[in-house]
Amino acid sequence: MSTPTPVEIAEPDVSSVVELEDPWVTIVWNDPVNLMSYVAYVFRNYFGYTDEKAHELMLEVHNDGRTVVSSGRREQMERHVQAMHEYGLWATLERQDA
Amino acid sequence: MKPFKKRRRGGISATFEIGEAHLLANLAGQVVELLRDRNGAEESDADPLAAQLGMGGPSLPPEDPVLQRLLPDAYRDDPDDAGEFRRFTERSLTSAKVLNAETLIGSLVDGGLTFGELPDELTGDEGDRVEVELDADEVQAWLRALTDVRLSLAVRLGIETDDDAFHVAQSEDAAIAAMSDIFDWLGYVQETLVSALD
Repeated sequence: MSTPTPVEIAEPDVSSVVELEDPWVTIVWNDPVNLMSYVAYVFRNYFGYTDEKAHELMLEVHNDGRTVVSSGRREQMERHVQAMHEYGLWATLERQDA
Repeated sequence: MKPFKKRRRGGISATFEIGEAHLLANLAGQVVELLRDRNGAEESDADPLAAQLGMGGPSLPPEDPVLQRLLPDAYRDDPDDAGEFRRFTERSLTSAKVLNAETLIGSLVDGGLTFGELPDELTGDEGDRVEVELDADEVQAWLRALTDVRLSLAVRLGIETDDDAFHVAQSEDAAIAAMSDIFDWLGYVQETLVSALD
Protein backbone atom coordinates (compact mmCIF):
# COMPACT_ATOMS: atom_id res chain seq x y z
CA MET A 1 0.00 0.00 0.00
CA SER A 2 1.17 3.40 -0.64
CA THR A 3 0.12 6.69 0.67
CA PRO A 4 -0.57 9.45 -1.75
CA THR A 5 2.28 11.87 -2.15
CA PRO A 6 1.22 15.39 -1.37
CA VAL A 7 1.15 17.39 -4.53
CA GLU A 8 2.61 20.82 -4.43
CA ILE A 9 0.21 23.26 -5.88
CA ALA A 10 1.78 26.18 -7.61
CA GLU A 11 0.70 29.58 -6.51
CA PRO A 12 -0.98 31.41 -9.36
CA ASP A 13 1.28 34.03 -10.85
CA VAL A 14 -0.45 37.17 -9.74
CA SER A 15 1.88 39.52 -11.58
CA SER A 16 0.88 38.20 -15.00
CA VAL A 17 -2.79 38.67 -14.18
CA VAL A 18 -2.12 42.26 -13.24
CA GLU A 19 -0.28 42.78 -16.48
CA LEU A 20 -3.15 41.36 -18.54
CA GLU A 21 -5.45 43.81 -16.88
CA ASP A 22 -3.08 46.69 -17.45
CA PRO A 23 -5.86 49.03 -18.33
CA TRP A 24 -5.96 51.26 -21.31
CA VAL A 25 -9.17 52.93 -22.32
CA THR A 26 -10.75 54.19 -25.52
CA ILE A 27 -12.47 57.53 -25.04
CA VAL A 28 -14.99 59.04 -27.42
CA TRP A 29 -15.34 62.84 -27.24
CA ASN A 30 -18.41 64.90 -27.93
CA ASP A 31 -18.54 66.91 -31.13
CA PRO A 32 -21.29 69.15 -32.53
CA VAL A 33 -21.46 67.30 -35.85
CA ASN A 34 -22.10 63.62 -35.36
CA LEU A 35 -25.73 62.64 -35.05
CA MET A 36 -26.82 61.00 -31.82
CA SER A 37 -28.43 58.19 -33.82
CA TYR A 38 -25.20 57.62 -35.73
CA VAL A 39 -23.00 57.56 -32.62
CA ALA A 40 -25.32 55.00 -31.00
CA TYR A 41 -25.30 53.02 -34.26
CA VAL A 42 -21.47 52.94 -34.27
CA PHE A 43 -21.38 51.71 -30.67
CA ARG A 44 -23.87 48.94 -31.52
CA ASN A 45 -22.36 48.00 -34.83
CA TYR A 46 -18.66 48.18 -34.02
CA PHE A 47 -18.48 47.18 -30.35
CA GLY A 48 -21.53 44.92 -30.49
CA TYR A 49 -23.21 46.68 -27.56
CA THR A 50 -26.93 46.27 -26.95
CA ASP A 51 -29.29 49.08 -27.98
CA GLU A 52 -29.58 50.09 -24.36
CA LYS A 53 -25.84 50.15 -23.63
CA ALA A 54 -25.05 51.96 -26.88
CA HIS A 55 -27.69 54.59 -26.18
CA GLU A 56 -26.41 55.06 -22.64
CA LEU A 57 -22.81 55.55 -23.84
CA MET A 58 -23.96 57.95 -26.54
CA LEU A 59 -25.79 60.05 -23.93
CA GLU A 60 -22.70 60.06 -21.71
CA VAL A 61 -20.65 61.43 -24.61
CA HIS A 62 -23.32 64.02 -25.33
CA ASN A 63 -23.89 65.14 -21.74
CA ASP A 64 -20.44 64.73 -20.18
CA GLY A 65 -18.34 65.64 -23.21
CA ARG A 66 -16.54 62.29 -23.20
CA THR A 67 -16.91 58.73 -22.10
CA VAL A 68 -14.94 55.49 -21.94
CA VAL A 69 -16.33 53.11 -24.52
CA SER A 70 -13.87 50.25 -24.09
CA SER A 71 -10.94 49.14 -21.94
CA GLY A 72 -8.23 46.54 -22.33
CA ARG A 73 -4.82 46.08 -23.87
CA ARG A 74 -3.15 49.04 -25.48
CA GLU A 75 -2.93 47.49 -28.97
CA GLN A 76 -6.62 46.67 -28.85
CA MET A 77 -7.48 50.24 -27.84
CA GLU A 78 -5.35 51.54 -30.70
CA ARG A 79 -7.36 49.44 -33.12
CA HIS A 80 -10.59 50.82 -31.64
CA VAL A 81 -9.38 54.41 -31.93
CA GLN A 82 -8.38 53.86 -35.54
CA ALA A 83 -11.82 52.37 -36.26
CA MET A 84 -13.57 55.30 -34.54
CA HIS A 85 -11.56 57.74 -36.66
CA GLU A 86 -12.67 55.93 -39.78
CA TYR A 87 -16.28 56.32 -38.62
CA GLY A 88 -15.52 60.01 -38.11
CA LEU A 89 -15.90 59.91 -34.34
CA TRP A 90 -13.35 61.78 -32.27
CA ALA A 91 -11.57 59.20 -30.14
CA THR A 92 -8.35 58.90 -28.13
CA LEU A 93 -6.74 56.30 -25.93
CA GLU A 94 -4.98 56.67 -22.61
CA ARG A 95 -4.04 54.76 -19.50
CA GLN A 96 -7.03 54.27 -17.27
CA ASP A 97 -5.37 56.03 -14.36
CA ALA A 98 -4.09 58.87 -16.52
CA MET B 1 -34.90 63.41 -52.13
CA LYS B 2 -36.79 60.28 -51.26
CA PRO B 3 -35.27 59.12 -47.98
CA PHE B 4 -33.39 55.86 -47.53
CA LYS B 5 -35.60 52.82 -47.10
CA LYS B 6 -34.96 49.17 -46.66
CA ARG B 7 -35.88 47.13 -49.72
CA ARG B 8 -37.75 43.87 -49.36
CA ARG B 9 -35.09 42.02 -51.33
CA GLY B 10 -32.34 43.46 -49.16
CA GLY B 11 -30.37 46.58 -49.90
CA ILE B 12 -31.15 50.15 -48.91
CA SER B 13 -32.30 52.65 -51.49
CA ALA B 14 -32.91 56.36 -51.86
CA THR B 15 -33.69 58.70 -54.72
CA PHE B 16 -31.93 62.03 -55.21
CA GLU B 17 -32.77 64.94 -57.44
CA ILE B 18 -30.04 65.35 -60.02
CA GLY B 19 -28.81 68.55 -58.36
CA GLU B 20 -28.62 66.82 -54.99
CA ALA B 21 -26.67 63.94 -56.49
CA HIS B 22 -24.22 66.37 -58.09
CA LEU B 23 -23.82 68.18 -54.81
CA LEU B 24 -23.12 64.95 -52.91
CA ALA B 25 -20.61 63.75 -55.50
CA ASN B 26 -18.93 67.14 -55.56
CA LEU B 27 -18.56 67.34 -51.79
CA ALA B 28 -17.28 63.76 -51.57
CA GLY B 29 -14.85 64.57 -54.40
CA GLN B 30 -13.50 67.51 -52.40
CA VAL B 31 -12.82 65.22 -49.45
CA VAL B 32 -10.95 62.84 -51.77
CA GLU B 33 -8.83 65.68 -53.16
CA LEU B 34 -8.01 67.00 -49.73
CA LEU B 35 -6.96 63.57 -48.48
CA ARG B 36 -4.92 62.94 -51.62
CA ASP B 37 -3.12 66.24 -51.18
CA ARG B 38 -2.13 65.08 -47.73
CA ASN B 39 -0.49 61.99 -49.13
CA GLY B 40 0.88 63.55 -52.29
CA ALA B 41 -0.73 62.73 -55.61
CA GLU B 42 1.42 59.81 -56.73
CA GLU B 43 1.19 58.17 -53.33
CA SER B 44 -2.55 58.28 -53.03
CA ASP B 45 -2.92 54.82 -54.53
CA ALA B 46 -0.07 53.49 -52.48
CA ASP B 47 0.46 49.78 -52.10
CA PRO B 48 -2.01 48.84 -49.35
CA LEU B 49 0.52 46.60 -47.64
CA ALA B 50 3.01 49.45 -47.43
CA ALA B 51 0.22 51.65 -46.10
CA GLN B 52 -0.67 49.05 -43.50
CA LEU B 53 2.92 48.78 -42.40
CA GLY B 54 3.00 52.53 -42.02
CA MET B 55 5.98 52.89 -44.30
CA GLY B 56 6.93 56.51 -44.55
CA GLY B 57 3.70 57.82 -43.07
CA PRO B 58 3.75 61.34 -41.61
CA SER B 59 4.13 61.72 -37.85
CA LEU B 60 3.05 65.34 -37.60
CA PRO B 61 -0.64 66.28 -37.66
CA PRO B 62 -1.88 68.06 -40.81
CA GLU B 63 -1.95 71.85 -40.86
CA ASP B 64 -5.25 72.08 -42.66
CA PRO B 65 -8.00 72.27 -40.02
CA VAL B 66 -10.32 69.99 -42.00
CA LEU B 67 -7.64 67.31 -42.28
CA GLN B 68 -6.90 67.76 -38.59
CA ARG B 69 -10.49 66.80 -37.87
CA LEU B 70 -10.56 63.91 -40.36
CA LEU B 71 -7.21 62.56 -39.14
CA PRO B 72 -7.11 63.42 -35.43
CA ASP B 73 -4.43 62.57 -32.88
CA ALA B 74 -4.98 59.26 -31.12
CA TYR B 75 -3.16 60.42 -27.98
CA ARG B 76 -4.41 63.65 -26.52
CA ASP B 77 -1.58 64.70 -24.23
CA ASP B 78 1.38 62.83 -25.65
CA PRO B 79 2.75 64.22 -28.93
CA ASP B 80 5.39 61.47 -29.16
CA ASP B 81 2.89 58.63 -28.89
CA ALA B 82 0.50 60.52 -31.16
CA GLY B 83 3.24 60.97 -33.76
CA GLU B 84 4.28 57.34 -33.62
CA PHE B 85 0.69 56.15 -33.94
CA ARG B 86 0.10 58.52 -36.84
CA ARG B 87 3.23 57.34 -38.63
CA PHE B 88 1.97 53.77 -38.58
CA THR B 89 -1.73 54.31 -39.21
CA GLU B 90 -2.50 57.56 -41.00
CA ARG B 91 -1.89 56.19 -44.48
CA SER B 92 -4.37 53.36 -44.04
CA LEU B 93 -6.92 55.69 -42.45
CA THR B 94 -6.54 58.09 -45.37
CA SER B 95 -6.89 55.28 -47.91
CA ALA B 96 -10.02 54.01 -46.17
CA LYS B 97 -11.58 57.46 -46.21
CA VAL B 98 -10.73 57.96 -49.88
CA LEU B 99 -12.26 54.59 -50.70
CA ASN B 100 -15.43 55.42 -48.75
CA ALA B 101 -15.89 58.71 -50.57
CA GLU B 102 -15.21 57.08 -53.94
CA THR B 103 -17.72 54.35 -53.15
CA LEU B 104 -20.34 57.03 -52.47
CA ILE B 105 -19.60 58.68 -55.81
CA GLY B 106 -19.65 55.27 -57.51
CA SER B 107 -23.12 54.50 -56.14
CA LEU B 108 -24.39 57.79 -57.56
CA VAL B 109 -22.84 57.02 -60.95
CA ASP B 110 -24.43 53.55 -60.85
CA GLY B 111 -27.70 55.33 -60.13
CA GLY B 112 -27.39 57.35 -63.33
CA LEU B 113 -25.34 60.39 -62.36
CA THR B 114 -23.23 61.70 -65.22
CA PHE B 115 -20.66 64.46 -65.01
CA GLY B 116 -20.77 65.73 -68.58
CA GLU B 117 -23.21 68.47 -69.49
CA LEU B 118 -26.25 66.98 -71.13
CA PRO B 119 -28.25 68.84 -73.74
CA ASP B 120 -31.57 69.93 -72.23
CA GLU B 121 -33.62 67.67 -74.46
CA LEU B 122 -31.89 64.61 -73.02
CA THR B 123 -32.72 65.42 -69.42
CA GLY B 124 -36.28 64.21 -69.42
CA ASP B 125 -38.12 62.95 -66.35
CA GLU B 126 -36.13 59.74 -66.34
CA GLY B 127 -32.83 61.56 -66.15
CA ASP B 128 -33.86 63.98 -63.43
CA ARG B 129 -33.34 61.58 -60.59
CA VAL B 130 -30.61 59.36 -59.31
CA GLU B 131 -31.71 56.23 -57.52
CA VAL B 132 -29.07 54.54 -55.43
CA GLU B 133 -29.35 51.05 -54.06
CA LEU B 134 -26.72 50.16 -51.49
CA ASP B 135 -25.51 46.74 -50.41
CA ALA B 136 -24.13 46.19 -46.90
CA ASP B 137 -20.59 47.31 -47.77
CA GLU B 138 -21.80 50.40 -49.59
CA VAL B 139 -23.97 51.32 -46.61
CA GLN B 140 -20.87 51.30 -44.40
CA ALA B 141 -18.97 53.44 -46.90
CA TRP B 142 -21.85 55.92 -47.20
CA LEU B 143 -22.22 56.29 -43.43
CA ARG B 144 -18.53 57.12 -43.08
CA ALA B 145 -18.27 59.27 -46.20
CA LEU B 146 -21.33 61.33 -45.25
CA THR B 147 -19.76 61.85 -41.84
CA ASP B 148 -16.46 63.00 -43.37
CA VAL B 149 -18.27 65.44 -45.65
CA ARG B 150 -20.27 66.82 -42.72
CA LEU B 151 -17.15 67.12 -40.55
CA SER B 152 -15.40 69.01 -43.37
CA LEU B 153 -18.28 71.43 -43.84
CA ALA B 154 -18.56 71.98 -40.10
CA VAL B 155 -14.90 72.99 -39.89
CA ARG B 156 -15.32 75.40 -42.81
CA LEU B 157 -18.42 76.85 -41.14
CA GLY B 158 -16.59 77.19 -37.83
CA ILE B 159 -19.00 74.89 -36.01
CA GLU B 160 -17.23 73.92 -32.81
CA THR B 161 -20.10 73.79 -30.34
CA ASP B 162 -23.74 72.81 -30.50
CA ASP B 163 -24.67 76.52 -30.34
CA ASP B 164 -22.47 77.34 -33.35
CA ALA B 165 -24.58 75.11 -35.58
CA PHE B 166 -27.63 77.11 -34.58
CA HIS B 167 -25.89 80.44 -35.13
CA VAL B 168 -24.58 79.71 -38.62
CA ALA B 169 -28.10 78.69 -39.62
CA GLN B 170 -29.19 82.23 -38.68
CA SER B 171 -26.30 83.90 -40.51
CA GLU B 172 -27.07 86.96 -42.61
CA ASP B 173 -24.20 86.03 -44.92
CA ALA B 174 -25.98 84.28 -47.77
CA ALA B 175 -23.04 82.01 -48.59
CA ILE B 176 -22.76 80.81 -45.00
CA ALA B 177 -26.52 80.35 -44.71
CA ALA B 178 -26.48 78.30 -47.92
CA MET B 179 -23.63 76.13 -46.70
CA SER B 180 -25.43 75.70 -43.42
CA ASP B 181 -28.51 74.48 -45.30
CA ILE B 182 -26.36 71.92 -47.09
CA PHE B 183 -24.87 70.84 -43.78
CA ASP B 184 -28.35 70.33 -42.34
CA TRP B 185 -29.51 68.49 -45.44
CA LEU B 186 -26.56 66.09 -45.24
CA GLY B 187 -27.53 65.43 -41.64
CA TYR B 188 -31.01 64.57 -42.84
CA VAL B 189 -29.65 62.21 -45.51
CA GLN B 190 -27.52 60.45 -42.93
CA GLU B 191 -30.32 60.30 -40.39
CA THR B 192 -32.59 58.54 -42.88
CA LEU B 193 -29.78 56.12 -43.73
CA VAL B 194 -29.16 55.27 -40.08
CA SER B 195 -32.84 54.79 -39.35
CA ALA B 196 -33.29 52.60 -42.43
CA LEU B 197 -30.76 50.20 -40.92
CA ASP B 198 -32.83 49.46 -37.80
